[in-house]
Amino acid sequence: MAYSDKLLDHYENPRNVGAFDKDDDGVGTGLVGAPACGDVMKLQIKVDADGIIEDAKFKTFGCGSAIASSSLVTEWVKGKSIDEAVEIKNTDIATELALPPVKIHCSVLAEDAIKAAVSDYKSKRAETTKAAE
Amino acid sequence: MSTRQTSWNKDKPLYLDYQATTPTDPRVVEKMLPYFSEKFGNPHSRTHHYGWEAEDAVEVARAQIASLIGASPKEIIFTSGATESNNLALKGVGRFYKDRKNHIITCVTEHKCVLDSCRHLEMEGFDVTYLPVQQNGLINLSDLAAAMTDQTALVSIMAVNNEIGVIQPIAEIGKMCRQRKIFFHTDGAQAVGKIPINVDDMNIDLMSISGHKLYAPMGIGVLYVRRRPRVRLVAMINGGGQERGMRSGTLPTPLCVGMGEACAIAEKEMAAETERLKMLRDRFHDGINGRLSEVYLNGDLEHRIPGNLNLSFAYVEGEGLMMGVNDLAVSSGSACTSASLEPSYVLRALGVEEELAHTSLRIGLGRFTTEQEVDYAVEKICFEVERLRQMSPLWEMAQDGIDIKSIEWADH
Repeated sequence: MAYSDKLLDHYENPRNVGAFDKDDDGVGTGLVGAPACGDVMKLQIKVDADGIIEDAKFKTFGCGSAIASSSLVTEWVKGKSIDEAVEIKNTDIATELALPPVKIHCSVLAEDAIKAAVSDYKSKRAETTKAAE
Repeated sequence: MSTRQTSWNKDKPLYLDYQATTPTDPRVVEKMLPYFSEKFGNPHSRTHHYGWEAEDAVEVARAQIASLIGASPKEIIFTSGATESNNLALKGVGRFYKDRKNHIITCVTEHKCVLDSCRHLEMEGFDVTYLPVQQNGLINLSDLAAAMTDQTALVSIMAVNNEIGVIQPIAEIGKMCRQRKIFFHTDGAQAVGKIPINVDDMNIDLMSISGHKLYAPMGIGVLYVRRRPRVRLVAMINGGGQERGMRSGTLPTPLCVGMGEACAIAEKEMAAETERLKMLRDRFHDGINGRLSEVYLNGDLEHRIPGNLNLSFAYVEGEGLMMGVNDLAVSSGSACTSASLEPSYVLRALGVEEELAHTSLRIGLGRFTTEQEVDYAVEKICFEVERLRQMSPLWEMAQDGIDIKSIEWADH
């Protein structure tokens, strides 16, 4: 199986590997996949007061395509609003990395990770707003 | 192999997959060459010199193979490979004795060609018992004894497993089968030439052998079929009645010669090669364990061929790891290598949890593996596992003391 240069670059030089404090109010954490299926992605976003994603970090257990997909989305979500971020489609990821057909599920997982992180952030905000009332 | 490679890259990786196939030994190639264009006769031609010299060469090969396993040359049936041999043994014996006995016993970790042949026999009305294996990959002999009935025609248990390299208790199985007058077939593809096998001492009635697993070429194999007590089978390929009518078709003289020479070399060098491979295997294993924690060996260490390691590197997915070590030619038990998302059925049968099955690499060492290669591979694997663990959310959780099993993972 031949992988694209972009995919290999993200695998060999992954961007934004790391973690934020998940208890930080401005941080949304998405953990998707399952060890038994061979893929687990953890995507974290740090959101500023205007709802813009100022930073993102990931850690991924999975094949090279899964690692590259998560690395790519950390780059893509930065600077976007949370509403724009959830518009990122798995097909965009798959096209950008030229994923082979058997690896499409990796891009689906990356899309899910963004949605999960945003949803975690939103529910945390809702709770803090509620607590403040 | 004459010029030794000392650096590797993804286009010319270091070969560590000797259970998949072995390079043909240059000494074997040398013996084969005259039989392509010079001594090219049909070994079944009885009327001229070309046929006679080809036949002589085939018979020398047959004797060399027989000698390695303690058989008579007349009991050696040439086939195209171990897959054909396994098909012929199971279907051939099963169908011949079907009217009297219709039960077959095999094991869940057998090669796909044995399991698939058994499935086909089930469709023809046979009962098949698939024995489980213990955590070390070996069958439990009391399970075998319990599964045997008066209807059992054949027991088929592999000598050495292709993924985890474990050696089944062949002599004990053979003895139990002989006592119950049940034929015993063993898939010897990964065993012959690697460990001592004697068909008489071990009461083996049929045994499959593969050429390309023992430094002979691809496309040639053997089925050993015992003559006393006689084993009969229904041929799958009909024609001119070659190979005692069990396998028709013109014998490929160069391949037969190669198979014979490979067996002769194995017989002569097995003891020394075993010692050397054990040393290399231990060097590999110790090198990995000296640097990495949470690496698990799949399958029994003691009852194992010297050229195999199957290791699970917890928290690092196998295919992701293989991409990192792309200058090493190894194999993974992970799902993603195949189109299916299921990890290795052999590892699952051992009770290896799915998450660990996904993290396994099979490392196969062989005749041309050097100490320098082992050191290079160990360094490379350790470096990549450390890198990928730093990137792994599961490793992070483990370091934080979070039990991964306590998390409710979504299915996908």
